[in-house]
Amino acid sequence: MEFVKNFPFFSIMLCMFCAIICSVLNRHAAKHFTRIVLLIVMVLSGVLLINTYNSGESFVYYMGHFPAPWGNEIRGGCLEAVFALFVSTVAFLSVVAGGKAIEFDIEDKKENLFFILVCLMTSSLLAMCYTNDLFTGYVFIEINTISGCGLIMVRQLGKTTVTAVRYMVISLLGSGLFLIGVTLLYTLTGHLLMSNIQESVSELLQSGDYRMQLTIVIGLMTVGLAIKSGLFPFHLWIPDAYGQSNVVSSSLLSGTVSKGYIFLLIKIYMRTIGMEAIEKSGVLYVCFYLGIIAMVLGSVLALHERSFRRMIAFSSIAQIGYIFMGIGLGTKAAIAAAIFHIFAHGLTKSLLFISSSEFTEGSHSKSIDDLKGLGYKYRYSALCYSIGAFSIVGFPLLAGFISKLLLGGAALGHGPLQWIALLALAVSTILNAVYFLRTVVYLYIPTEHIDRDNEETVKVTNTNANGKTDKLLLLPGMHCPSYVIGISVLVLLNFLLGLCSGPVTDIINKGLEVFR
Amino acid sequence: MKSGNTKTQNKTELIPGKTAKRLQSVYRIAAAVMIVLLFVLLVTAMVGLPEIGDKNNPDNNEVARRYIENGLEETGAVNIVSGMILDYRAFDTFGESCVLFVATICVTIMLRIDGRGGDEDDEEHETGKKAFGIRESAFAKFDSRNYEPQNDTILKKSAMLVIPLILVFGIYVVLNGHLSPGGGFSGGAILGTGFILYLSAFGFEKTERFMNAKTVKIVTLVALLVYCLSKCYSFFTGANHLESGIPLGTPGAILSSGLILVLNICVGAVVACTMYSFYALVRRGRI
Repeated sequence: MEFVKNFPFFSIMLCMFCAIICSVLNRHAAKHFTRIVLLIVMVLSGVLLINTYNSGESFVYYMGHFPAPWGNEIRGGCLEAVFALFVSTVAFLSVVAGGKAIEFDIEDKKENLFFILVCLMTSSLLAMCYTNDLFTGYVFIEINTISGCGLIMVRQLGKTTVTAVRYMVISLLGSGLFLIGVTLLYTLTGHLLMSNIQESVSELLQSGDYRMQLTIVIGLMTVGLAIKSGLFPFHLWIPDAYGQSNVVSSSLLSGTVSKGYIFLLIKIYMRTIGMEAIEKSGVLYVCFYLGIIAMVLGSVLALHERSFRRMIAFSSIAQIGYIFMGIGLGTKAAIAAAIFHIFAHGLTKSLLFISSSEFTEGSHSKSIDDLKGLGYKYRYSALCYSIGAFSIVGFPLLAGFISKLLLGGAALGHGPLQWIALLALAVSTILNAVYFLRTVVYLYIPTEHIDRDNEETVKVTNTNANGKTDKLLLLPGMHCPSYVIGISVLVLLNFLLGLCSGPVTDIINKGLEVFR
Repeated sequence: MKSGNTKTQNKTELIPGKTAKRLQSVYRIAAAVMIVLLFVLLVTAMVGLPEIGDKNNPDNNEVARRYIENGLEETGAVNIVSGMILDYRAFDTFGESCVLFVATICVTIMLRIDGRGGDEDDEEHETGKKAFGIRESAFAKFDSRNYEPQNDTILKKSAMLVIPLILVFGIYVVLNGHLSPGGGFSGGAILGTGFILYLSAFGFEKTERFMNAKTVKIVTLVALLVYCLSKCYSFFTGANHLESGIPLGTPGAILSSGLILVLNICVGAVVACTMYSFYALVRRGRI
């Protein structure tokens, strides 16, 4: 067997190993170790991507000495590799760019615990992405959920604990429904391995037995994962979770964690149950309409929100809606567009959250009105934030434009659905433009006296988790090279996705071909 | 379902006064209706399922057959369940131990007190203190053991009698995980209760002689590392079709079944330390 096929296993285990080691390291060592490991995982995923792209085939990898239905198995292909590359890139850049924010928000002695959570979260996302077994998927969903709670809670304010508990309860409801779905599916098919389930399901479809149970299984799994990724009626945990936690946690939660569940859902639809059964069950319509409602409603709620970080969080609800709309359309082009949107949104949202950290003073939530004139004080962050905002609105040259173009193109030819989809895209884009460009305009309002007032308040409120006033954050420009580098790379990647979308869509399409 | 409840909380922030109350009751009713619907749906799904124990059930297939027929031969474990979770499907179980690990980390983040000061004026920290209630009290005051009778003779004498038995039984369950019912998780839990009983009877000072933050840290680290590395080795050799070179031994002997014994010991150590540290964290905010 080629050595490169070991890479999925290496990347999962490396993250786990790093998490275990981090428990005895001090905060600086843990920080550097985590960064190095995430970088290695990034490189491994990149090499795997090139390799699978060239070969155009997928492969399975035994986790142990026993072949698949008996032992565990993971599967690597083009799509998995590109998703792993995306996850590790976002995680790496968030941790690098948010270094100062982490130091500011988290107690010194608990900082290594934060890095353990980051490592475990990354490894569970990688495992969810590579797994070929439903139960393994469930186990790593659990790790992901609990580390998500920890990531919210690690900035220790009373309200983050409340938020984390709420997130945990809602998320556990989601995993509970998913688990019931898995058990029912096991009773119907007798398998946990994805490819074997697909065979048995197609047999069941032909014989016509257990039609209702199959529909319920599909419904339970969809609802379970939709709750966890924050689709419209289940979105109520999002604003608090993303708005109050540390910026790095917000960027990881919105950029990667919720996307991991969506990737698993796509995997279940296409590889476990099969699109035929999914289309028969009618669940795609549910995804489509809920996505449409989320697109509009998320934007409306964001428009009404006065707190800056919560506004960015509300926009995530709308963006999750875009992705589910793409899945709901059900064609290959639409799913490819949805996956592209996952990448575009993940990179843009991390950029927005992390670049906003400077003018919200670490993670203090701040009203939009207070942003006036800050663009002149924090020039670089404001510039990067503006680019992110333009990208999410859908400006040409940037990632958001391409993903909207792809989604719109995929919607064409769907009869009445296409008009609904295009109308919702248009409305949502206009609303997006209104609330994001409003913040950009506020940033660049020239106001000298307000600026001086701000200086005063900054000095009073700027006490970090250790009770010390952090001098570095008071200086304009956040004098920290890793912040500048991380955020610049995120901006670059945004441009890259916008300008060279051809290769990326090519990779996604090639991956979807073998994604059976 | 859940959406009903959370909506209520959010709406109260947005809409003041009577409308909020009316909405609350609407959402409560909606939540109840949803729960009943889900209940009915699940029960209907259950009724139509294949009967339990039927020979022709889909889950009575080659997967289960191989576990039962070849399990002993292939894993060397008399306890088939141990063979399944620690050899056939070891990756899942490794994930499961990581769930335990990440849960410990979260509890530590929440409960461990590292001391902070100088943020009395900060409004957000103030709310934080209120939520935790005790956080602002001094370090020593926080030890809840100081508030209960110290020299309970009955407890001490009976603890002396019971604890050795509990510990020996725990070790037995861990070591015989591949031979009889039990294993790392259950044995570790028994060991953990032994330590907790010792702590309740004799206090932190005496317990710290053998069980303190440092021991917990080192034991957890070593156990998890051994687990991680040995599993990495067996996954790597398995996937690349190499010989692992680990002898399975004679089934039924205590030193048999390859790595399962080692893994059980690791899991047992981790679980025992986790149980103890949860208790200690709740009692005084540090291990």
